[in-house]
Amino acid sequence: MADVNRGNRPLSPFMIGPYYRPQITSISSIMVRLTGIASLGSAFLVVWWLLAAATSESAFGLIDGLLRSWFGDLILLLASWAIWYHMLGRLRHVIWDFGYGLSLETSEKMGWGMFIAATGLALFTAIVL
Amino acid sequence: MNYLTDRKRAEGLGSGRKGTHHHWKMMVTSISLVVLVPLFVFVFGSALGRSQEEVMAFLSRPFPLIVIAMGLIVGLTHIKMEIDEAVEDYVHGIARKLTLVATAALVYTLMVAGLFALLKLAL
Repeated sequence: MADVNRGNRPLSPFMIGPYYRPQITSISSIMVRLTGIASLGSAFLVVWWLLAAATSESAFGLIDGLLRSWFGDLILLLASWAIWYHMLGRLRHVIWDFGYGLSLETSEKMGWGMFIAATGLALFTAIVL
Repeated sequence: MNYLTDRKRAEGLGSGRKGTHHHWKMMVTSISLVVLVPLFVFVFGSALGRSQEEVMAFLSRPFPLIVIAMGLIVGLTHIKMEIDEAVEDYVHGIARKLTLVATAALVYTLMVAGLFALLKLAL
């Protein structure tokens, strides 16, 4: 089959915004992807901290001081929110994959539940630790 | 406009056959992370805030060390799949290939560096 005019075909536009109202189902799904990708940054900080602890006192002091400053606290709060949210989001996918909770109403409830539960868990983490 | 689609061109050539495996791995890591994330967050959270010596002593114990190691391995594997999926959706051509390579390089470097650090702390 000949390769004619590749790339000169109509493509589907980005839907959310101009053509499609933002809804809790789509937003909660996008957030799962974003928090998943953002967690690479958290992993970077954790590995940096571990490597510094295994290297020298001065290396450890730098990253440990950073993570324990108010700015570090803020980053860690956001990082813990992201990881909790992502965990819940992926759990939702597993529940869907097993064939449960597929109705619109339940999906919307789970979407809100993820935001609320992740916030609760992040605050709980910040208070306990 | 030409309406001959990629699907029409690809039909009959066989699938990539990787989709099911990717999906299954996503499910396995997702379920594992429901156990590992809480453990990891609380073990790391209680390690943070200690002096370097105390951190060494804490992470030499089997339970914290295994939790952190498992968290890094399963977590980074999951994050890599997550990023690969997004890259395959939005990045095209050579940029896609290079981004996938860069992601793999970064993820595995972090994984090995983290595990090396744990090994050194514990021994």
